Amino acid sequence: MASLKDLKLRINSVKSTQKITKAMKMVAASKLRRAQEAAEAARPYAARMEQVLASLAAGVVMTEDMPKLLTGTGKDDVHLLVVATAERGLCGGFNSSIVRLARQRIQSLIAQGKTVKVLCVGRKGRDALRRDYGKLIIETIEVAGGVRKQGFPIAARISEKLFSLYEAGEFDVATVFYAEFKSAIAQIPTAQQIIPAALPEGDVEGPDLKGAIFTFEPDEEEILEALLPRNVAVQIYRALLENAASEEGARMSAMDNATRNAGDMINRLTLTYNRTRQAAITKELIEIISGAEAL
Amino acid sequence: MADKLHFELVSPERLLFSADVEMVVVPGAEGDLGVLVDHAPLVALLRAGMVEVHDGGKVTARHFVRGGFAQVTPEGLTVLAEEALDMATTSKAALEAKLQDAQATLEAAADDNQRIAAEAHVAAIKEVVDAA
Repeated sequence: MASLKDLKLRINSVKSTQKITKAMKMVAASKLRRAQEAAEAARPYAARMEQVLASLAAGVVMTEDMPKLLTGTGKDDVHLLVVATAERGLCGGFNSSIVRLARQRIQSLIAQGKTVKVLCVGRKGRDALRRDYGKLIIETIEVAGGVRKQGFPIAARISEKLFSLYEAGEFDVATVFYAEFKSAIAQIPTAQQIIPAALPEGDVEGPDLKGAIFTFEPDEEEILEALLPRNVAVQIYRALLENAASEEGARMSAMDNATRNAGDMINRLTLTYNRTRQAAITKELIEIISGAEAL
Repeated sequence: MADKLHFELVSPERLLFSADVEMVVVPGAEGDLGVLVDHAPLVALLRAGMVEVHDGGKVTARHFVRGGFAQVTPEGLTVLAEEALDMATTSKAALEAKLQDAQATLEAAADDNQRIAAEAHVAAIKEVVDAA
């Protein structure tokens, strides 16, 4: 049986842990709101981009000299996985669920005899993958201060990195791994192919042109050449923003759980503490009474 | 609605402008284009420059954009800007900071393509700073 003093110390320590988790939950909640707004604000751009791409794809005839970003290299031997995770931990299963998805993909690709390379965005993903697949990681890009602070340029930098690797023939297919934000309690780990560009399928209908056709200025090829790299950067940016919102959502629910668990624990410990205290008092009383009777 | 052009200006960060207007002048890669309602469908590449919104014969809003795309459909005009600054809320100091950034990029340019793009950007910002 723990002594009264031990119990008291224990209760105090759990109480301060609870204060910390509660504060973290509040911080995550306010960050979540802003991250969610940012993710939602970025959606129109991505949606419009898809529309433009769809209208281009409709008007363009696929030829040999089309940009490689669209047609691919004609092989799929080397896969590059861009694993986007958080910079910090303490956010429940957020990092590990993305890493798990990436790990499954790596295993299945290796089993198919493909070469796999990994580009980590965010420290946590690298830490988790380093042990098993350390040799596959070609680089880690850290997003200091969060995506919202870095803004679009960070996505542009990552995509430029991808292009230079792509042009050097370092990989054939690039896939980005991130967690899609559904709600504060649901984030879905997602894999999305970004190079070669996955053209919008039939479900993304171009706008109704009422029988007219698009004029292109300067011409389709030049626009495509400018648009495709842009599209990759936008997809990465969107993935990073979704990730940021998911991270805060996951952290908020994880910290909410932790706060509740700490509360339960405090209740249990307080009960034990009071019982022990009463037992000690009773014991002392019995001793006094039996001492008095003995006289 | 029928005699107004629906115009939307979006940057990667957010939707900056969405309204029905009379005319919009966008800086096309091969020259400025004025877009009125019922313009023929068009996809155009943009250079760095000013997007001007005209309403009632006057310029009602000006946005500096750094390249991007314009798409005209029967529903209206959408400008996808790489970067956009609303001139009404951007101070001269902020613009000058942008100019310095652009010049730094120009100096750091690794190859000719980057240099040409950076040069165009610097020139466009300079024009705006001088006009402000």
